[in-house]
Parts: sequence; C-alpha cells; structure tokens
Amino acid sequence: MAEVLVYVDHVDGAVRKPTLELLTLARRIGDPVAVALGAGAANTAATLAEHGAAKVLTDEAAEYADYLVVPKVDALQAAVEAVSPAAVLVPSSAEAKEIAARLALRIGSGVITDAVDVEAGDEGPVATQSVFAASYSTKTRVSKGTPVITVKPNSAPVEAAPAAGTVEALSVTFSAQATGTKVTGRTPRESTGRPELTEAAIVVSGGRGVNGSENFAIIEALADSLGAAVGASRAAVDAGWYPHTNQVGQTGKSVSPQLYIANGISGAIQHRAGMQTSKTIVAVNKDAEAPIFDLVDYGVVGDLFEIVPQLTEEIKTRKG
Amino acid sequence: MSLRIVVTVKYVPDATGDRHFAEDLTVDRDDVDGLLSELDEYAVEQALQIADEADDAEITVLTVGPEDAKDALRKALSMGADKAIHVEDDDLHGTDAIGTSLVLAKAIEKAGYDLVISGMASTDGTMGVLPALVAERLGVPQVTLLSEVSVADGVVKGRRDGDSASEQLEASLPAVVSVTDQSGEARYPSFKGIMAAKKKPVQSWDLEDLEIEADEVGLGGSWTAVDSATERPARTAGTIVKDEGEGGKQLAEFLVGQKFI
Ligand SMILES: Cc1cc2nc3c(=O)[nH]c(=O)nc-3n(C[C@H](O)[C@H](O)[C@H](O)COP(=O)(O)OP(=O)(O)OC[C@H]3O[C@@H](n4cnc5c(N)ncnc54)[C@H](O)[C@@H]3O)c2cc1C
Ligand SMILES: Cc1cc2nc3c(=O)[nH]c(=O)nc-3n(C[C@H](O)[C@H](O)[C@H](O)COP(=O)(O)OP(=O)(O)OC[C@H]3O[C@@H](n4cnc5c(N)ncnc54)[C@H](O)[C@@H]3O)c2cc1C
Repeated sequence: MAEVLVYVDHVDGAVRKPTLELLTLARRIGDPVAVALGAGAANTAATLAEHGAAKVLTDEAAEYADYLVVPKVDALQAAVEAVSPAAVLVPSSAEAKEIAARLALRIGSGVITDAVDVEAGDEGPVATQSVFAASYSTKTRVSKGTPVITVKPNSAPVEAAPAAGTVEALSVTFSAQATGTKVTGRTPRESTGRPELTEAAIVVSGGRGVNGSENFAIIEALADSLGAAVGASRAAVDAGWYPHTNQVGQTGKSVSPQLYIANGISGAIQHRAGMQTSKTIVAVNKDAEAPIFDLVDYGVVGDLFEIVPQLTEEIKTRKG
Repeated sequence: MSLRIVVTVKYVPDATGDRHFAEDLTVDRDDVDGLLSELDEYAVEQALQIADEADDAEITVLTVGPEDAKDALRKALSMGADKAIHVEDDDLHGTDAIGTSLVLAKAIEKAGYDLVISGMASTDGTMGVLPALVAERLGVPQVTLLSEVSVADGVVKGRRDGDSASEQLEASLPAVVSVTDQSGEARYPSFKGIMAAKKKPVQSWDLEDLEIEADEVGLGGSWTAVDSATERPARTAGTIVKDEGEGGKQLAEFLVGQKFI
C-alpha cells in the first residue's frame, strides 16, 4: 500500500493529540510514515507506533529550533524524496500551515488547508473544508502533484492501531534559505493545567459580558467543573481580561469541541468563524436578540453572574 | 537610501454579508459587497509606522483581483500609502494559493522591494499561507505572524506568539513580513487622506506585463480543484429558556441529558 507522510507536532517528544488524529486519517489512504523533527523527536516513536505509524523518520538537528520554518520544510522535502508518498498530512497550526504550503510549492503540488475530513477518492484524497464561517462545506482535491493537506484538530477520532514504528534517521541537507530567519529568543507559554484549547472536548468561553478580568474566575470555575478549556472573545482579550492565546475566532483559535459554552458573547461573525463547527453549542446571554442564540442547541436568557455559578454548583453536586 | 515597502492587500467579500459560491464553484463576487480585507489594514498600518521611522521610505500597495479590487487599493492609499499596483486579468479568475503566490512574487519583483508586508490571513480564504509562499518564491526570509515589528539598519525584528511559545525573530532585508491583528489598531483614513488618495497613481498590470502564461493561473492552472460546495443546512432551532432563578439548574439538566455530566 502507498505510504502517507504525517508531520508530527510535538513538544520535546510529547506528541500532540491532533497528530494522532492525522494517523487515523492517514490510514484511510495508506501506510502512515511519521516525520518528527527537533529535540526529543525520537521519543515520539512509541506513541506514534501505538497509533499506526509504520515508520518514524527523525532528525534532531538544532536548526529546527534556531531558525523559523524553512529547516522543517527542507526536512519534509527530504522525507518526500525518500518515501514518494501518496499524500502529506500536516496539522492545521499556524506554523505547520506555512511549512505545508512551502513544501507543496517546492515539490510542485497543490495545497489544501484546514480540512475537517479526509477520505480516499478515485482521483486521490478528497478533503472536506468548512468555509465562510462554516456556512459552506466544500469537497476539494489536489489536482497536481502529491496532495499536501493540513487538517484541523478534532477532525478524526484518536484510535489505537499498533504498528511497527521503526525509527529511521532522516538525512537532511539544509538549503541556503534555512538560516534566513533567526529565533533569537523564546518564552514558553506557561501551562494552566487545563486542556489545550484547540484539542479540548469542552470549551467554556467568556466575552464582554464577563465584565472584568477578576470575573473570569467564574468562567474558569465552570470550566474546571467540566474539565474544559477556557476561551475568550476578542472583546474580552482586547480589554486585557484574558490572554490572546485563549481567543476563539477568525484571528484566534478555531475550536471544534463536543460542547461549546458561550457566556456573555454576542456571536459576531468573526467569533462564529472559530466555533461554529462545535457539535453542541450552549449560550448564556442576557439579550434574547443576541445572534449567538441562532446557533445554540440550548440557550439561557439571563444574567451570567446568576446562571454560571448556579450551573457550576449543580455540576459539582451531580458529580459528587 | 530609500526603503521600498510593498504591502499586499486583498479585496474580499464582506464577511458580515451573505457569502455564496458561483456555479463554477468560485466565490460569487456579484451578490455581496467587497472590501479591503480587514486584516490587511494592520499590514498597511505597520508599513506606515515603519516608513515614519525610516529616513526615506515609499509604500506601494499591491492587489491581485478583479476591477472592483481598486476599492481596496483606494482604501490603503487613503490611509497613507504612496502608490498602488493593480494586477488584473480575466485569466486570473479562480486562481488558487500557489498561483496567487506566483503573481504576487512576479509583481513584487517588478515593482522593486526591500520589505514586503502582508496580513496574517485573508478574511475569505483564510489560508494564512501566502506570505510564506511569497517568501519561498522570492528566496528571502519570512518573518511572519508578528504581533510586534520594527525595522532598523537593514534588519527586521519581531515577536511571533505561537501555540507553545512566544518567539523573538530577526532577519536581514529584503524580507517578507506578515502581521497579526495584535500588532496595533489600524488608523482611519482622514478626510485629507481620502482626497489625497484620489490623486495617487494606480498602475495596472496584466499577465503579459508579468511574463506569466495564462495556463499557469486561473481555474485551469490551479493545482487544487473544488468538486462541490454545499450550503450548510440552517441549524434546527434550539431550546431557549428565560432564567427565572433556575436557569443554571435547567442548563445542568440539559447537559446531563446530553451526557456531558
Ligand atoms: C478582522 C476582525 C477579526 C476579528 N476576530 C475575532 C476573533 O477571532 N474572535 C472574536 O471573538 N472576535 C473577533 N472580532 C471581533 C468581533 O467582531 C466582535 O467585536 C467580538 O466577537 C465581540 O465580542 P463579545 O461577543 O464578547 O462582545 P459584544 O459583542 O459586546 O457582546 C457582549 C454580549 O454580552 C452580553 N452580556 C453583557 N452582560 C451580560 C451579563 N451580565 N450576562 C449575560 N450576558 C451579558 C450582551 O448581551 C452581549 O450580547 C474580529 C473583528 C474583526 C474586524
Ligand atoms: C473558502 C476558500 C477556500 C480556499 N481554499 C483553498 C485551498 O485549500 N487551496 C488553495 O490553493 N486555494 C484555496 N483558495 C483560494 C485562495 O484563497 C486564493 O488563491 C487566495 O488569493 C489566496 O489565499 P488566501 O486569500 O486564503 O490567502 P492568505 O494566505 O490567507 O492571505 C494572507 C495575505 O496574503 C495577501 N494576499 C492573499 N491573496 C492576495 C491577493 N489576491 N492580492 C493581494 N494580496 C493577497 C494578503 O496580504 C493577505 O492578508 C480558497 C479560497 C476560498 C474563498
């Protein structure tokens, strides 16, 4: 069967969930071969093997951390040349999309970004995209070269599928452009202990209605009672009440959880663009006319300062 | 020496309007108003600030798009850019990202540049890959997704806030930069700016001017193909209750029913 390259998103060897989802999708098209780069790359092999990687190509050169994007493009290009895959799947993070696009151009292939599903088709893999703030669903193919497709988190289940996961060193020659953009400093994001926003099964968000950074404690308490991630609207972020890394929407994160709870968020198109593909949507808003209510499976019209703490208490009681 | 800045700006269908696909599965530009992609306003703003800091700088705004795309150029000129280039050709209809990057790169080279500044993503295709593709084509560093940017002594520096870390970046010019909406509010055009924009030069180039063959772009030259576009069915109306003191409990009841609790 044809091989399918999967680009591994990991932090010091800890594989992120979206990569495991890619392995599920890759198996629909062929035999997954994973490419893991940078410090700790070889440590990803066990997890990747459990989820279906037949082979894991690794390279731990310092260039991947010291320079932006291009060294990783060089490595993926080397992997494509070594394997001649039927497709290349990449997670839809901002950086990985840039890597995917440059790779596609170099190998003379089309690129599709932000797929929410990938299936085998008669003329190669078919990607589903959810576009125009999820008002349309499109089926798209790459018509030239090796399809390079980036896939959004939560687009496929994580499945155990034990495979060999043989580790092989990838031999990479860096291009002249590789050292063009230096990373002169790096401040890791502090962990909150909560699930990663884009990967979470439940997201609890707060907007302008939360009315102050101190009040976000109410939103966090609800999130913690459900084991959820915390999101925020741009209005809340711009007001300085919550970090930009938690912004949901067009210029923030795009989330697709099982459950999305919007509190004090009106539902502007740019916010909807980032959450409209959530499976179940719930909103609390004191304005019965707020556009968010057009999307909801369940909505409560009222004051979030009354409703959210009551909900949190009720959840805690029921969970015992 | 003068710093030549090219800002790429896209003309997009208004996201607050009712966007549709046309029969050939390209964006229907007739049934919804177009405008300068709001995220490109941030690119124009940063160009203006960088130009202010430089001894001598010239800002050219560049768009690839149909006749109406001139509106996007006018908006950028009224914010303070010096001149504009409009790449327009019937054969461009339906061009994908790889094709668009070819046209942009050729136009940028022909215009002459030290620094290219783009938005982080368009508000229609929202791929967020064009700046990286243009850098690849031009063979210059990409310094992208910056929430802070500065240029001095032929070096561009910036801050990129990623998923797991915030990075400080640095590259020598020429380079391609893209900026996020965290880089600083874009200014509103002043009345004076709007009047001045009417007199600023807008050059039009077609594919021949850029030495691009028709079959390298357009629907036919695209390396991707859209097979279908289906409008999402309207969501079935959900249950909406008014809080009479038990709203939180009712919501908990719903979540139990859905097995979230
Ligand atoms: C280019 C561009 C990109 C953008 N990107 C994003 C993005 O990524 N994400 C994003 O979110 N926005 C984005 N926006 C902004 C977007 O247009 C809206 O301005 C924003 O989403 C509004 O946030 P909000 O719903 O919190 O605030 P508002 O629209 O002010 O809504 C606040 C809501 O809270 C309710 N409320 C107030 N008090 C209470 C209370 N006590 N109890 C219950 N409800 C209450 C009100 O009824 C109201 O509906 C973008 C805009 C532009 C132009
Ligand atoms: C819903 C939708 C989905 C699409 N999906 C794909 C896909 O999967 N693969 C694919 O190859 N094509 C796709 N396209 C086509 C693609 O959007 C266009 O080729 C487009 O010009 C480039 O992509 P973008 O607008 O998403 O650019 P982005 O990469 O999001 O734009 C970033 C920046 O590049 C600059 N820029 C982009 N386009 C232009 C322009 N025409 N003129 C001047 N500056 C510009 C702007 O500064 C912009 O802010 C899609 C289009 C739509 C409408």
